[in-house]
Amino acid sequence: MNGVHDMGGMHGHGPVAPEKGEPVFHARWEARMLGIRRGATFPSEVNIDRWRHIRELIPPHLYLSRSYYDHWYMSYVAALLQSGWATAEEIKSGHAGSGTAKRNDAMRPDQAWESQKTRGVFTRAVETPPLFAMGQRVRARNINPSGHTRLPRYVRGRVGIVGRHHGGHVLPDSNAHGKGEAPEHLYTVAFSMQELWGAEASPHDEICADLWESYLEPA
Amino acid sequence: MLKDHPHHHDHPRAHSEVPSDPALRTKTLESLLTEKGLVDPAAIDAWVDAYEKKIGPRRGAAIVARAWVDPAFKARLLSDATGTIETVGFLGREAQHVVVLENTPAIHNLVVCTLCSCYPWGLLGLPPRWYKAAPYRARSVMDPRRVLAEFGLALGEEVEVRVWDSTAEIRYLVLPERPAGTDGLSEAELAALVTRDAMIGVAKVEAPKEAKA
Repeated sequence: MNGVHDMGGMHGHGPVAPEKGEPVFHARWEARMLGIRRGATFPSEVNIDRWRHIRELIPPHLYLSRSYYDHWYMSYVAALLQSGWATAEEIKSGHAGSGTAKRNDAMRPDQAWESQKTRGVFTRAVETPPLFAMGQRVRARNINPSGHTRLPRYVRGRVGIVGRHHGGHVLPDSNAHGKGEAPEHLYTVAFSMQELWGAEASPHDEICADLWESYLEPA
Repeated sequence: MLKDHPHHHDHPRAHSEVPSDPALRTKTLESLLTEKGLVDPAAIDAWVDAYEKKIGPRRGAAIVARAWVDPAFKARLLSDATGTIETVGFLGREAQHVVVLENTPAIHNLVVCTLCSCYPWGLLGLPPRWYKAAPYRARSVMDPRRVLAEFGLALGEEVEVRVWDSTAEIRYLVLPERPAGTDGLSEAELAALVTRDAMIGVAKVEAPKEAKA
């Protein structure tokens, strides 16, 4: 979707503000939210791609004004409501409605460290050979899907060079919407700054983005 | 089940129903999840402890220092970072497929995620606030030299800047240049010099002060 989350190339957000000696969390609620995100049981349909899409669907004024862990709060609540795991009344009150059965399958504290080490592996076998070769010129398609995609607006319609091939990877555009993993070849494509931003841009700098095969066409 | 298309009509309403104070909201959410048996508060403590005390940039720094002193390790790291880092034991959440980018006098690599906040958690810990914020996500792909200057890093025109936008599940770690004057340092002493910012690509690794003179 062409949402506010797709920030590459936007003006008006001000300078970067690095913090000296930045703490891991700026408030305890941020730490609790991190722990909830990692430790709480999730509706199984909320995979990483769906999670990112739910975050993208935060209305623009809230996306820009609320902080990162608040995005997590809003996204987790949206997932709970969508899955029917909680009602708006329960989210407001903090208490389970009458007649709710208590689950007993939540992650235990001693499972957290093992879970942290568990790699989500996103590579998949793809039966078709890769369409593009190293060094080939490709154009990022000018597509504007209303659902989830990882093709940033700033590369659409632009020509780049295939730099790396990563094999088959789960396609977020499909996986986010419960339509299966639909794996495709994944490539790193290098675009020159001038191709993306015009003649005023630096003549010898470039941007590399990881793009799935269906995002690309020969150029 | 989640409703699917047209999903974008229902999520936003859910998103806007929440009250304003995040500390209060989060506490209320934790109470509800605990009551429903969806979370064990002690498991939340365990996750917080892991990211506050155990998983942080010292992991990435150890890999960088090893690469500086061990050319065979460095070669393996650059050709197969995922396999090499797996042997060190640092793969995991948000560090599942890794590519290491070598900074040289000719090429300076810089990592961003313009679409969300992808970051190699298993190697650098949780991302700093500026990495997740709009200014960095918006500008590092369009105006990286000025962004670097805001971090105090001025690069000459002869250096090529390569910006890596983390749009897939590949996580990038920058291998910074080893600073001059560090020949006599041990691997552990070298690791202590390596900063998080240098492994994102917004800084260089500085030599220790006594070595500079």
